[in-house]
Amino acid sequence: MSSRRPHPAWAPWLFLAPFLLFFAAFGAWPLVRSFVLAFEQTFGPRTTVYVGTLNFRFLFHDPLFWAAVRNTTVFTIGTLVVQVPVALALALLLNRPDLRGRSLFRLIFFSPTIVGSIFVGVIFSLLLEKRTGLVNTLLHAAFHSWNPDFPWVDGFVMPSLLMASLWLSVGFNMSYLLAALQNVPADQLDAAAIDGANAWQRFRHVTLPAIQPVIGILVLLTVVGALQLFDLPFILYADSFGNGPNNAALSIVTYLYQTGFRSGDLGYASAIGWILTIALVLIALGYRWLTRGEDAAA
Amino acid sequence: MTPAASRSPGVARTARWIVLGLLLVFSTLTLLPFLWMVCASIKTPEDYYTHQFLPTGGGFLGIAWDRLTLNNFVRLFREQPVARAILNSVMLSSVCSVLATLCCAAGGYGLSKFVFPGRRLITNGILAAVVLPPVLVLGPAFETLYHLGLLDTYAGLILPTVAPAFGLYLFRQAMINSVPGEIIESARIDGCGEIRIFFQIVLPLVRPMLGAFLIITFLGTWNNFLSPQIILQNPERQPLSVAIFHLRGLYGADYGMIMAATLISIAPVMALFLYLQREFISGLTSGAVKG
Repeated sequence: MSSRRPHPAWAPWLFLAPFLLFFAAFGAWPLVRSFVLAFEQTFGPRTTVYVGTLNFRFLFHDPLFWAAVRNTTVFTIGTLVVQVPVALALALLLNRPDLRGRSLFRLIFFSPTIVGSIFVGVIFSLLLEKRTGLVNTLLHAAFHSWNPDFPWVDGFVMPSLLMASLWLSVGFNMSYLLAALQNVPADQLDAAAIDGANAWQRFRHVTLPAIQPVIGILVLLTVVGALQLFDLPFILYADSFGNGPNNAALSIVTYLYQTGFRSGDLGYASAIGWILTIALVLIALGYRWLTRGEDAAA
Repeated sequence: MTPAASRSPGVARTARWIVLGLLLVFSTLTLLPFLWMVCASIKTPEDYYTHQFLPTGGGFLGIAWDRLTLNNFVRLFREQPVARAILNSVMLSSVCSVLATLCCAAGGYGLSKFVFPGRRLITNGILAAVVLPPVLVLGPAFETLYHLGLLDTYAGLILPTVAPAFGLYLFRQAMINSVPGEIIESARIDGCGEIRIFFQIVLPLVRPMLGAFLIITFLGTWNNFLSPQIILQNPERQPLSVAIFHLRGLYGADYGMIMAATLISIAPVMALFLYLQREFISGLTSGAVKG
């Protein structure tokens, strides 16, 4: 033990230096600045005035901000309700032991994840078109009473956004759950089957408890991602810079972008950013609190 | 004995066909948008409005093959700086992913394999920064770039992406899990220099994480829209994600052109995905796993 040769004192700093340098310049310093900015009013990067808590007080009475909060919340809940069950259903289908071609199916379901939300937005803006879009054509072919001029994008903002985001990320969530399902101990499932448990009971009492931590992480990731919604509505409603009809598509990040980079008030944008950050931190803490003790068990 | 085998073979076979049928329906729904996009990009505007997929006619399989056209692609490259946008995307994604991977791997090594004053503080600071939404620092980072004179430059877009907190966190975990301290110590005793230890001994040991992180950052940069949209003004420097946004406004109802541009934008990453699919799926899902 005494033969341990110590490393030179500068060695860790040598390896950390590049990261710390860039993190300080483009992470830590902007973070401090954004806190200061939240109490200032700015007109582009040159002119700033200290305004105290005015930004936050103004936000509290800003109908557009509340519209953004409402839309983002509805989208987040909608994403959870649609995304997680569909992903779980697909993962369960793919997890059947007698299934052939599992990796091909997984590849197919995963492929939209690669496309990226900007390009998904462009594709869906055409898919959801009134007469020429594929979605209305397919629905009209399946149900003859379906109106081929159904106004998805103009009249049904949330369903349109949720449909595009489902296509984009259900395969990613499915892969994640499938990996968890494949780690469920097979002997426990067999023992339950021998004891006469039916498929639902095996799922409810063996599979579900085993994959519950992964579902928890997935819910957290989905919520954190959905609260930062920007690309999809910004593309689908490009004409109104992401507002959509009656501001129905306006998200928190879109509003932050509009105030900070279209109106040039980085102070107001920072205040919005801090409200969003507080929400995200509370959600992360809530998740830690709900899963306390799970680390020790796992 | 699997649960399915414990039941009568008839029930098991029916269940198997139902599962297969459902999976076929869902995979068709997943693939249809891709197929639709490819078809739209090789149709004339007239055929776009009259046929959902390929125009029907008297040719092989009842399709009017002679009405298909590559005109959209030709026009796109002739009228717009699309080739330049592809180059921009390839360059930005490659540079960002390589620099971020090196920076995070070195930082993760420094943070996990050495004992020094301030280590706890840095670790906790980085952990806290993982939770912060990137948009929070977008405004002030824009300000910093303005003061450094880096607005509308490639460097202004690349440098802020080089030190992502979650990257350092991922590599710290990887170093703790797969780099034994004894190997480093014995290399030191053999007289190996610190930098050589890192490149020749440590990096090969975390190779799976290197690959996964390269893929995550490459794809993230390729699909990033918000920061290039804010930082770059010159249309010549725009990557595909921003270019497609402008093309969509420019070509309005010329949907074939828009689908051709989208296809060109996603084809390179799609090809890379098909080639490296296993690494992609495990890489992207490992990027999401915490702890």
